[in-house]
Parts: sequence; structure tokens; C-alpha cells
Amino acid sequence: MTLELALFLILALVAIATALGMLFSRNAVYSALFLVLNFVTVAVFYLLLGAPFIAMSQVSVYAGAIMVLFLFVIMLLGAESLPPSQTLPWQRPLAIALSVILAGEAGYLLFVRKITGGIVPQAIATFGSPVTLGRTLFSKYLLPFEITSVLLLVAMVGAIVLTHKEKGER
Amino acid sequence: MVPVSWYIALSAILFTIGALGVLIRRNPLIIFMSIELMLNAANLVMVAFTRIYVVLEGQIFVFFVMTVAAAEVAVGLALIVAIFKTRHSINVDEMNSLKG
Repeated sequence: MTLELALFLILALVAIATALGMLFSRNAVYSALFLVLNFVTVAVFYLLLGAPFIAMSQVSVYAGAIMVLFLFVIMLLGAESLPPSQTLPWQRPLAIALSVILAGEAGYLLFVRKITGGIVPQAIATFGSPVTLGRTLFSKYLLPFEITSVLLLVAMVGAIVLTHKEKGER
Repeated sequence: MVPVSWYIALSAILFTIGALGVLIRRNPLIIFMSIELMLNAANLVMVAFTRIYVVLEGQIFVFFVMTVAAAEVAVGLALIVAIFKTRHSINVDEMNSLKG
């Protein structure tokens, strides 16, 4: 067993365990912290797959910015744990059965039909580095990049408008 | 080297857990986190396929997915805060009308 295989197996176990912990925690703060750990393990997978820039943005954008926003809203609303309410008693077993079917389909396609084939090819040395990624992003994909900035501006304005309190209100 | 199909299997498992979270949890914040988990699983598949077919477009698309996820979280959490301010509850079972 090579070192990379051992690293992959351990981190895969950590990723699945933290995802399940996110799902089954009673307290939403614990869920958010489990999800941060999950995002960090996925960032290590990106490093293993030769995508260092994506890994760093995963840590800073997802594990940093997005999850801090989540924790802020959880603590702002005091929504750590809601009282359990089941209006649809058959929903939980049905959901579990459907997700088992979904996972079974994915496993069938991967390991029986073998849609992806075998081993990872060796990538070239500078593949996925910030330099090559930046060159492609700012030449071939310049227009989508600019549209992304407009999208972020719209999201920012939308968030302010949604939570803004009018002067005469209340 | 680890076969790429293992990464894709891992990402399928993570996606399934996210979908299960959307279906069985009643707290909209946890539903949001499950959606983030599913987006992350899709990103992992894209980076894995980028590694098989040595093209950079997959990683660039992951970059765009991250930006869209950030925008989505900002607007979604603002919506949750707005709903909480009008109804003083964020249980998804009680959100059944468009007008507050």
C-alpha cells in the first residue's frame, strides 16, 4: 500500500464521517463545524488531484468565508436546535430508501459498467498551478469572469435589500 | 496512484449524504449546508475528471461554481434572516405561504 493510497483512504473515511456528523448533529453549530472539517479534507483531495489553486480557494472561500457566514447566522437567529416536528411520518424512511437507490446507481455505473476506467495519468508539472489557471481565466474565459463579478455584486445588493429595514417600518 | 473512480465513488457518497440531508432535516440552515455539500461533491468530480483528461476547463468551472455558491449563500441566508424577522420561526414545515 503506497502512502498516497493510505492518505486517500483515511481522508475518505474522515470526509464521510464528517458529512454524516453534519447530517445527524442535533446542534446546528456542530453541523457547521463538521462541514468545515469536510471542506478541508476535500481541499486535501484537490491537492492530491493536482489542483493547488482550487484547494486554496476551497479553504479560503468555503471553509473560511461561507462557513463563517453560516455560523454568524446560526448564532444570530439562535437556531441551534429546533424542536423535532414530523408532519410527514413516512418521509424519513422514504428519503433513506431513495438515497440508498441513488448511491446504488452511482456504484453500479462506476464499478459494474466502469464508465471511468483505470488509473490516473501523470499530469504535467505546472498543471493547475495559479499561473496557468490565471492565464486561461483572464484570456479565454475573461467574459464569464466579468459576469461572475456582476453576479457577486447583485448577490451583495440583494442580501442588503432583503435584510434592510425601512425607515418607517416598525 | 489512486484510481480516479475511487474519487468519483467518494463524491457520489458525499452527494448522496447531501441529498439525504435536504430530504430529512427540517432546519433550513442544515438544508443549506447539505446543498453546499452536494456542490462540493460535484466540484470534486470535476477536478477528478480534469485529472483524467488533462484539460484545465474543469478547474475553471469549479472556480465559477465556488463564486456562484458564495452568491447563493449570501442571498439564501439573507432570505432566512428576513423570514425569521417576520415569522419568528425558521422551521421549513411552517413556511407554506409566499406572503409573510
